[in-house]
Amino acid sequence: MASKKLRVVHYLNQIFGGLGSKDQAHRGPQIVDGPTGPGRAIQSRLAEKGEVVATAICGDDYVGERIDEAAAEIVQLIRRYDPDIVIAGPAFEAGRYGVACGAICKKVQETLHIPAVTGMYGENPGVDLFHKDVYIVQTGDSVRTMDEAITRMVDLAMKQAAGQEIGKPAEDGYFPRGILVNEQSDRNGAARVVAMLLDKLKGRPFEPEVLQPTHYRVDPAPGIKDIGTSTIALVTDGGLVPAGNPDGIESRNATRFGGYGFKDIDSLAAADYDVNHSGYATVFTRQNPNRLIPVDAMREIEREKGIGKLHERFYSTTGVATRLETARRMGRAIAAELKSEGVSGAILTST
Amino acid sequence: MVGAPRVVQGVKIVNPMGNEEMAPAAEQRLRREIATGALNALQAEVTEPTLFDRHKA
Repeated sequence: MASKKLRVVHYLNQIFGGLGSKDQAHRGPQIVDGPTGPGRAIQSRLAEKGEVVATAICGDDYVGERIDEAAAEIVQLIRRYDPDIVIAGPAFEAGRYGVACGAICKKVQETLHIPAVTGMYGENPGVDLFHKDVYIVQTGDSVRTMDEAITRMVDLAMKQAAGQEIGKPAEDGYFPRGILVNEQSDRNGAARVVAMLLDKLKGRPFEPEVLQPTHYRVDPAPGIKDIGTSTIALVTDGGLVPAGNPDGIESRNATRFGGYGFKDIDSLAAADYDVNHSGYATVFTRQNPNRLIPVDAMREIEREKGIGKLHERFYSTTGVATRLETARRMGRAIAAELKSEGVSGAILTST
Repeated sequence: MVGAPRVVQGVKIVNPMGNEEMAPAAEQRLRREIATGALNALQAEVTEPTLFDRHKA
């Protein structure tokens, strides 16, 4: 079995790469021959099966300020060493480092068409951003768990490079990638669910076949201090759209939202709007769209200086059978638009 | 609205900021009351999902 040694390129940030601490976080990408820092543990786990041929190193701030460009630059450095696989990190709880590792692994897969593996702690924002694109091994929150993290990353990397089937997330120790896999079972669904229930009642470990969506905790924004001079926006998941639904927002499981202007209008007129929502009886909101987007009431408050200004565009989507991930994406996009337009607060009406 | 930090109770699912049984002027007063409750909630400091009473100024 004299198979070819795997060529591995490893990625590290400025700290693990030995350039220095946070004061070196601005440093641009560089690449050095052989393993550095945690790369030595990777080399020892690879043993005779592979070789860490180079280590790419870059400052976290450098990457954080231009993620796409920096990842592309780093991948160009990595390419020169003609690797079979790239391992990044582990980043543990370090947020910018985690995002960098995820972005670089994703770019490696896209441009070099070779597998890449990284490792992070569950709270690292890199997990949230890249778990669907990249195998991210689960690590602890600090370097204390380095040995275990390296073992998992190297083993998973070797499996990928060898074209072996990757086990389930729990078996191979990575974050679920949101992929459903069909499996044959000799027991029907009723038998399996009763067994699961019995395990649960007896406090035994059990593994659900379908993972429930994670409800992320959102830290509340601080209260508005100067409401009398603030711009307030109206948002709804009640499906209010201009007549004709110009953006084609779906009546259920929506993937789109729209922003609709109402400048100089004191009250939304029923003839101008439609309600496209299959989750509730829309007769009352069609009769009077202000029941969803209360422009009439907010204009009164605006005239009496109760707020600085009513934002002249409302945002709308349809909230029924919407996937949580889709809702998060739309929520973030709406929030980003509102912030860029100087809005301080939003009232979201929900049906 | 799982986990929404600041919640003000509306009227009902099919008519969150109105009441079709009320006369138009009264309904608009109701709508303004709910909107005012929401604006009060926006000014409050909260650390976890909090239900506000729209009747309290």
